[in-house]
Amino acid sequence: MRGAFARTLTQLAADDPRIFLLTGDLGYMALEPFADSFPDRFVNVGVAEQNMVGIATGLAEAGYIPFIYSIVTFAALRPYEFIRNGPILHKLPVRVVGVGGGVEYAHNGATHYGLEDVGVMRVQPGITVIAPADHLQTETALRATWDMAGPVYYRLGKDDRTVVPGLDGRFELGRAQLIAEGKDVLIVSMGSVASEAATAATKLASKGVSCAVLVVASMNPPPVEDLAAILQKYRTVLTAEAHYGVGGIGSLVSEVVAEQGLECRVVRCAIDATPDGTTGSQAYIYARCGLSADALAERALDSIGGVALCQAR
Amino acid sequence: MPASVLDLQGVLSSEKTRSGMQSSYSLQTSAGTTVASGVTAQMIRQIIIEQSKRAGVGHIGSGLCVADILAALYGGVMHIASPADPDRDRFVLSKGHAALALYAGLHLRGWISAEELNSFCGNGTFLGVHPEHGLKGVDFSTGSLGQGLSFATGAALAARLQHSCRRVFVLLSDAELNEGSVWEAIMFAGHHRLSNLVAVIDMNGQQAFGFTKDVINLPRIKETWSAFGWNVSSVDGHNVQEIADTIKGLDTAAGAPHVLFANTTFGKGVSFMEGQIKWHYSPLSDSEYRTAMMEVGKTK
Repeated sequence: MRGAFARTLTQLAADDPRIFLLTGDLGYMALEPFADSFPDRFVNVGVAEQNMVGIATGLAEAGYIPFIYSIVTFAALRPYEFIRNGPILHKLPVRVVGVGGGVEYAHNGATHYGLEDVGVMRVQPGITVIAPADHLQTETALRATWDMAGPVYYRLGKDDRTVVPGLDGRFELGRAQLIAEGKDVLIVSMGSVASEAATAATKLASKGVSCAVLVVASMNPPPVEDLAAILQKYRTVLTAEAHYGVGGIGSLVSEVVAEQGLECRVVRCAIDATPDGTTGSQAYIYARCGLSADALAERALDSIGGVALCQAR
Repeated sequence: MPASVLDLQGVLSSEKTRSGMQSSYSLQTSAGTTVASGVTAQMIRQIIIEQSKRAGVGHIGSGLCVADILAALYGGVMHIASPADPDRDRFVLSKGHAALALYAGLHLRGWISAEELNSFCGNGTFLGVHPEHGLKGVDFSTGSLGQGLSFATGAALAARLQHSCRRVFVLLSDAELNEGSVWEAIMFAGHHRLSNLVAVIDMNGQQAFGFTKDVINLPRIKETWSAFGWNVSSVDGHNVQEIADTIKGLDTAAGAPHVLFANTTFGKGVSFMEGQIKWHYSPLSDSEYRTAMMEVGKTK
């Protein structure tokens, strides 16, 4: 997704001189297309994320659209209060771009994971929060939102190859995208774990369970109407995210269920504990945390307690 | 990246305009004029005492000690003919708890009406204990220490890229230098030689819960700023003319960013507040108010 981001932003910047890119000393082998094309609108501020947000705030106040780039935790968490008091409070068009949401920096360890970023951003009413599922959706989402008013947080992955089947790069702010139909159970996913959800649906189909999959990339504004319309069709809904269980898609779906008075059980599949230091590949951690396709399918089967009990109404 | 990258020709012209009333004061801002008659430190101090008493709030000493700095800036140093002028100089009050001194300056400048000033710490007002950007002439909300210098650095970078002559002034407290984020901005501005950035440090030696020498001492602080590529000056923070003349002598068109270490006395102008930690927070009693008003009325 970071490659799609850099490529798309470079194309956009060719037509709009307000676009400015700042990095906190990250983006080697990713941001060069922009830096080479627009050296006067690119700056490496050094390993100083708070100052990066502050500078972006000053640039935005003067009319620029600054994008700040770093790994999720350094982009969103380290300078969080700067983001709150800067672009959010001032309603300025700063774009915070975090790469490596969830456990994508697997072997790098827990300091490099982004497990609460969507939650802490989503609690702020004044920032748009977008968590694309693959690189095609990243491009669409960026093109749809780069020049909107106010700040935006983009939670991106590193993967520029995987394509979530059925998504076809679709994105619309405040909407959700259905990528697989199904009548027995629904999985609502956020971020790149959508590909695991899609595979889980295929596995469930082989067991005779019809599983729908919904992708939510627009976390703020949330797709409340889309969610309410689909959630009411199911007795059991799973949510899937490489994020803590509080604050992300599991919370959002629970909010919609509660506020709309739906009779739907929500099973949150998420990172449910502080990392204990055990490291491994993303696939290993997904399996360990119940986010792999196999684990999601198994959880779905357990949750519905047998196909006969949970036919769609 | 080389520092010269940011010297490349900018691509924007600032189209931002600000609605707002014109100043009722006629101020000269040409070179040679340092302090205009409309804004004096004495008047700023009187407003601080009056408004803090009326509202029953503290942060009085923190405002009093920067009254002379604000008088110099708003009395003629800054080129700020109108809040609507996109090329006017910017001011960031990074030590946001001295907002009352800023409100006084904006009022004396004619940008805040008496009615607005009297809404200080009331309901439905922008004039709180810390400044909000919704207020005319306030570009950045502050109050969380350690953020103003970064905002100012971005504003200065934007001015350079846009080929604007506007300068960015930022007032920090000495205790604020405890914040690590300040040093991120110091390093960036020094490296990129943002000559249009002028930081003023209120060296009052106090902070909320002690004296700076006891909390976090700042040894060789001037040498440290200089080592990061800043042009360092020292001034008597209670001598308006000296502050104004020093800033007037700075080359803000090229070279290094500037920092003025302003030696100040916390609570300056009110004898029982000077150097007293208590007056970081405490509001005034009736008798203290009368004494304070008498003293600031006499302040030259």
